[in-house]
Amino acid sequence: MKERLARHWPLLATAFVLASLYGAAAIAYPGFGSWFQFTRLFADNATLGLAAVGMTFVILSGGIDLSVGAVIALSSMVLAVLMSRLELPMWCAVPLVLVLGAAFGAFMGGLIQVFRLPPFLVTLAGMFLARGAALLLSDAKRIDMNDDNAVRSLSAFHVMDFDLAALAFIAAVLAAAAVLRFTRFGRTVYAIGSDEPAARLMGLPVAPGRIAVYSISGLCAAAGGIVHVVGVHAADASAAFLLELDAIAAVVVGGTLLAGGRGSVLGTLLGVLILGIITTIPNFQGDLDTWWIKIVIGLLLLAFVLLQRATQRWTRA
Amino acid sequence: MRDSMSRLPWPLAALAILLAFNAVANPSFFLMHYADGRLASPLIDVLNQGAPVMLLALGMTLVIGAGGIDLSVGAVMAVAGAVAAELLSSGASTAAALAAAVGAGFAAGLWNGSLVALMGLPPIVATLILMVAGRGIAQLVSNGEIITIAPDAAILAIGRGSLLGLPVPVLIALGAAAALAALARLTSLGLFIECIGGNEQASRYAGLDVRSIRLASYAIMGLLAAIAGLIDAADIAAADANNCGLYLELDAILAVVIGGTALTGGRFSLLGSVIGAILIQSLSTTILMAEFGGRSVPVELNLIIKAVVVLIVCLLQSSELRRLLPGARRAAA
Repeated sequence: MKERLARHWPLLATAFVLASLYGAAAIAYPGFGSWFQFTRLFADNATLGLAAVGMTFVILSGGIDLSVGAVIALSSMVLAVLMSRLELPMWCAVPLVLVLGAAFGAFMGGLIQVFRLPPFLVTLAGMFLARGAALLLSDAKRIDMNDDNAVRSLSAFHVMDFDLAALAFIAAVLAAAAVLRFTRFGRTVYAIGSDEPAARLMGLPVAPGRIAVYSISGLCAAAGGIVHVVGVHAADASAAFLLELDAIAAVVVGGTLLAGGRGSVLGTLLGVLILGIITTIPNFQGDLDTWWIKIVIGLLLLAFVLLQRATQRWTRA
Repeated sequence: MRDSMSRLPWPLAALAILLAFNAVANPSFFLMHYADGRLASPLIDVLNQGAPVMLLALGMTLVIGAGGIDLSVGAVMAVAGAVAAELLSSGASTAAALAAAVGAGFAAGLWNGSLVALMGLPPIVATLILMVAGRGIAQLVSNGEIITIAPDAAILAIGRGSLLGLPVPVLIALGAAAALAALARLTSLGLFIECIGGNEQASRYAGLDVRSIRLASYAIMGLLAAIAGLIDAADIAAADANNCGLYLELDAILAVVIGGTALTGGRFSLLGSVIGAILIQSLSTTILMAEFGGRSVPVELNLIIKAVVVLIVCLLQSSELRRLLPGARRAAA
């Protein structure tokens, strides 16, 4: 009973914070509570959300991925180069970019797994590598995609006001939740994060599991990059700068333990929405300076980490 | 101790190769001349521009040696620079501005240290909080603007002045290195830090005050980050909350790892970290100055080369690789 309560308690706290933030903002600012603004919350944070979904897998397995922001920039750049310079059709370029992102993640995962290197350093190198490659590709210029018909028609597509970016984010959350909950791979991810030697002794595929986790993170970041290009009709090598910090913050606020082994993608969705509301509020309240966003996110992070800590101590007692 | 010394030849060899390349590709690299009361040479510039990272790497060595990490140092640099510039622009004395900036860095270090040592948070998360919020605080202090420092302000000497023919930042960094080396190796602090990083539980049973030592490592880190922030602000005569110290936490961690300090803690080498910081800066300078067939190398290549260096250093330190290599040879034979 205590164990069960402890497992759901951080998620409940996250849901409570989200509900009260959303409620307060909807009362304070006319228009904030509208359906359209609700869908914008998903659309505006789709790139962050996709990266955070991938990050959830990595953190659940006890790792960390600092490269996601740079991979987003690189994949948006590669997509733009493939489409505008090599004139590849979009249906051809998009899968290529996704495969590239997944391969990049698998490469880092392979180094981490095979040579037992710290994830922090390997993904830091991945960050430098991806950002450097994006800058080299861009030749210090933005690539404008305004004239591309495929991009324009995709960005106009929407279902019930949810645009393509928002739909991709929601689909990724649902797919990730299903994979983590119902598949053997999902249980392996939790097992690696909570006790790797035990997972190995139980005969779980630890090595392929860990490589897959980083590959998923790369795939999600590449999807984030594609969504970014469709959203802003351009590719920019300095896009998604330090986005990995927000992604990690969203995962932690969503109740996933940074040590691994416990957490959920649903929590990450709530975490992304909380971060999204905090970043949107200054748009509605003109006299609020934007630097409060960073301070509030930092404080929120602190509150949730302390809550996790208290919960852990409570269950152990 | 012997173990960490035995790793020094690697970064030293890398640095030697890099310098030899420069000597061949660009003979002016080693040329020294005396101008405006100081030695001028690309070599001195490397040390001068590398001073902030060197200061950060020194503090980071102690933090990592004790099994921690500090991601917030870039943001703390920005806070210290903003505090000093804001106070100066509101008419405070140079001494007051310096004291307040260093005090702010010390307070930031104590904050990080308390979260790690007293609250028991994992170091990555605990310092991530200030990494995210710190730039917000710096912008709050500077009201979101880039505060310029008057061109005749005495504080600029920290970033631009020279003494005994050497730039002041280099002297500060070398002084800090000497002071920390004395603190770590002449007192028992260094040994205690390695104990904690090696086995925290055993250290506690042995009667070490684990909390205070860990707190001290973060406090020293905060202090050094503030000094690095002051050098940066004085160098450009402005406090830029958005860009001051950006990415430098990563460079500092990189310098420490290149220098042979393991990220898992338990042993550290201050000298190695200094060499690591110099290596990183010479790499950047080499790329900036290098030319191939009359064309300069794109600056973006810097990031990619840095990434390759990180991976090579990691692989060299990996015991797994060493185990695999002889095995592969045996399999071939």
